[in-house]
Amino acid sequence: MTTATALRSRHLLGIEDLDAAEIDLILETALAMKEVGARPIKKVPTLRGRTVVNLFFEPSTRTRMSFELAEKRLSADTLGMTTVGSSVVKGETLSDTARTIEAMAPDIIVMRHGSSGAPHQLARVCKASIINAGDGTHEHPTQALLDAFTIRERKGRLQGLRVAIVGDLVHSRVLRSNLWLLTKVGASVVVCGPATLVPPGLERMGVEVTNDLDRALDGADVVMMLRVQHERMHGLFLPSVREYFTLFGLTPARMKRAAPEAIVMHPGPMNRGVEIDSDVADGPWSVILDQVANGVAVRMAVLYLLAGGEDS
Amino acid sequence: MAIVMDADRVSRSLARIAHEILERNRGVENLALVGIRARGVPLAERLAAMLRDLTGAEVQTGSLDITLYRDDLMRHAVGPQPVIRRTEIPFSIDDKLILLVDDVLYTGRTIRAALDALIDFGRPRAIQLVVLVDRGHRELPIRADYVGRNIPTSHQQSVQVRLAELDGRDEVEVEG
Amino acid sequence: MSKFEVTSSKLEVLLKNVHVIDPVAGRNGLFDLLVSSGQVARVGRDLPADGVRVVELPAGCVVVPGLIDIHVHLREPGQEHKETIATGTASAVAGGFTAVACMPNTDPINDTASVTQYIVKRAAESALARVYPIGAVSMGSNGEQLTEIGDLRAAGCVAITDDGRPVASALLMRRALEYASMFRIPVIDHCEDPSLKGDGVAHEGAVASMLGLKGIPGAAESVMVERDISMAELTGGHVHIAHMSARQSLRAVRTGKERGITVTAEVTPHHFVLTDEALRERGGYDTNTKMNPPLREEADRVAMIDGLADGSIDVIATDHAPHHADEKGLEYDRAPFGIVGLETCVPLCIDRLVHAGVIGLPRLVELLSANPARVLGLPGGTIAEGATADLTILAPDQTVTIRASQLRSKSKNTPFDGWALKGAVAATIVGGRLVYVNSEMNLRHL
Repeated sequence: MTTATALRSRHLLGIEDLDAAEIDLILETALAMKEVGARPIKKVPTLRGRTVVNLFFEPSTRTRMSFELAEKRLSADTLGMTTVGSSVVKGETLSDTARTIEAMAPDIIVMRHGSSGAPHQLARVCKASIINAGDGTHEHPTQALLDAFTIRERKGRLQGLRVAIVGDLVHSRVLRSNLWLLTKVGASVVVCGPATLVPPGLERMGVEVTNDLDRALDGADVVMMLRVQHERMHGLFLPSVREYFTLFGLTPARMKRAAPEAIVMHPGPMNRGVEIDSDVADGPWSVILDQVANGVAVRMAVLYLLAGGEDS
Repeated sequence: MAIVMDADRVSRSLARIAHEILERNRGVENLALVGIRARGVPLAERLAAMLRDLTGAEVQTGSLDITLYRDDLMRHAVGPQPVIRRTEIPFSIDDKLILLVDDVLYTGRTIRAALDALIDFGRPRAIQLVVLVDRGHRELPIRADYVGRNIPTSHQQSVQVRLAELDGRDEVEVEG
Repeated sequence: MSKFEVTSSKLEVLLKNVHVIDPVAGRNGLFDLLVSSGQVARVGRDLPADGVRVVELPAGCVVVPGLIDIHVHLREPGQEHKETIATGTASAVAGGFTAVACMPNTDPINDTASVTQYIVKRAAESALARVYPIGAVSMGSNGEQLTEIGDLRAAGCVAITDDGRPVASALLMRRALEYASMFRIPVIDHCEDPSLKGDGVAHEGAVASMLGLKGIPGAAESVMVERDISMAELTGGHVHIAHMSARQSLRAVRTGKERGITVTAEVTPHHFVLTDEALRERGGYDTNTKMNPPLREEADRVAMIDGLADGSIDVIATDHAPHHADEKGLEYDRAPFGIVGLETCVPLCIDRLVHAGVIGLPRLVELLSANPARVLGLPGGTIAEGATADLTILAPDQTVTIRASQLRSKSKNTPFDGWALKGAVAATIVGGRLVYVNSEMNLRHL
């Protein structure tokens, strides 16, 4: 596989649009960016004079902070906009909000939105580059990239690893982005969740689907736990938290089935005692805190690669 | 196209520079080498080896990637972003004399970026510049302290430095 | 009978040696048509000119009974920013339709005779095509109380539906069928189980799964189709299944017909031309692919094509649903369901059914004219001597490129912008008046 030297698109809307070479380029660049975070002065002038707008239509503390930190470390000017009190609440359409922001000529818009496809619709009308920081239940590309970075850091590779992804599959954008990424780089993936939370057609992505946690964990090198929201109990998806934890909760006993040196990941925030036991979240398998730290480096890499040149 | 320095000439220039460094700084105490990627790095390592042979003392060596500090990066459509390679300076540079090492000195902008980067790493006592080739045409007030060879060139020409560690052989070629 | 804005005087012409396709009358060949005083005076061979102009049509033209679209949203009263009776019927005649039946989900809903009378009046003032109103089944389409169906019928309604929503309960469906049968009008149902539909926005399948869109399974439609067929069996009434899309629904309709139940069904062109893969195109999430029922998977599309060919499906109707650009510009989740269809129907049908070898032109005329007339008990559907001259002239070999910006509808929400199709409307005649002429064809002498 040849390494790419640039990203083909001026947006990062989803892992679906990237090829393996571009994924590799982002991860390699993130390595160099991670080193910046180890310096006494954690700043480089690379994006000096560039304007980045963080357009968050959905609340998010950790992803927003991670992006802000990444932008500031690259010396970009950053503006944050959350929807509380903004014109969106007053009924302004998505494209009108975007056009208003465009009038301020940002170079990059980092966008999180509750509706799948919102960044794609925006990309059709915006001049700025758009980074999808999570759209509905569709994709969360920088999360999958930082997950891949963390796996590579711990395991030295991605290809050929067995990765189990467990939880509320149908409502998870982290799942979809990770499915695209892991299948593109040659990992083997098994997904697991209650039958009521498995969306149809996943087998077409070349992954194994099971409702049996033990089977999913068997020989897994990487275990990714997804968050299960309490709303699911009301939507007739699940009878109770207790039953979910019994059938699908990750405990140290369950981890015995995984491969030796297996790692446990979680995109956060965790529901301790629902999808994951505290002894696992805080235990020797867990790389959850590494994920957070790597998020800044990966986001710096994406910002850098999308920001190049005036007329790119 | 002309080979203006062969392998023999390269190693004699480096040996001479090593002696000059020792003479000027009266030894290698509190002195460290930082090579600018890519070809400044093997040059720095060779100098460190020579200085060790001459003095018996280990000289700390690091490598610096200045891509993130370039001033031309965001300015014109240079096309794809340049690939970044790793910076590794595994020691404190505070109060040290840092010898920045690069293969070719041309406009001086690379060195300016390197100075910016170094200063983000700490506060050296002083910084001196070592280059294998000075080809003229400075655009900034920057000068080298140690020069392997002065090679006057025109803007149309290009200077290619090849080193055994990266290219399989030592030579300096002027094209055009 | 409504009067029409005089866009042109009534034609007094003898269409000489034109290809006429009229399955009800058993005609498929070259005939002379004498059109005079708003009627088809005579159909035959070697007719004398009798003082009128003799006109020969360009080669390849085919004259058929005026096309009738029985599922159209004209949006007037109340949503005139999307469409009006004037603009909607202008769009209809450009699409070759001489008559449309309009849905009651206006604002106010057409659940009383006074609203029906308003629509009829506005149509007399401004419509280029005939407008047959369809009334609501329940007051406010709330599913609780029957409308005064007799009153609605007397005011001009030709059927009842709560379209936009399903008929809310089996009991209501039963009562509506029983009551409506007294007036010999069908109950049209938008079949969908609300609990299975939930807040879905796309077909539940592999595409929606990976796009992160909430899905509506085909079973949400078929479970209601089966309920309605049971109620039609129970009551002996006539149920018409609106915009059928799922293969399971077609299976139920076939079985119902085999058992002698009075069930008829329609399908829209987009449901036999597109699939849910369209949601990935043009960068993805184009809201012009969002309608209800949604674009389904290939197996469903193929089933609809089979149903058109084998006669299980009676009617092609567009479900023309204009929406303003601001509304369709919202996020996929929030954008309203629906696309316009009056002007894209004939090109899609001729290109994708006739030229594709699925059906012949006579069957297409059944689907777009004879059967719609039969289902709703409307005049037309055939070219009869002495009857009103509602005629559509088709040009099956003429290519047309769909240009959304040039549609006559007020709204431009179509997924077919830029499509090049073989099959066009040459001209539309309503009541003997030429209300539409295709400017790209040489029909100046008409």
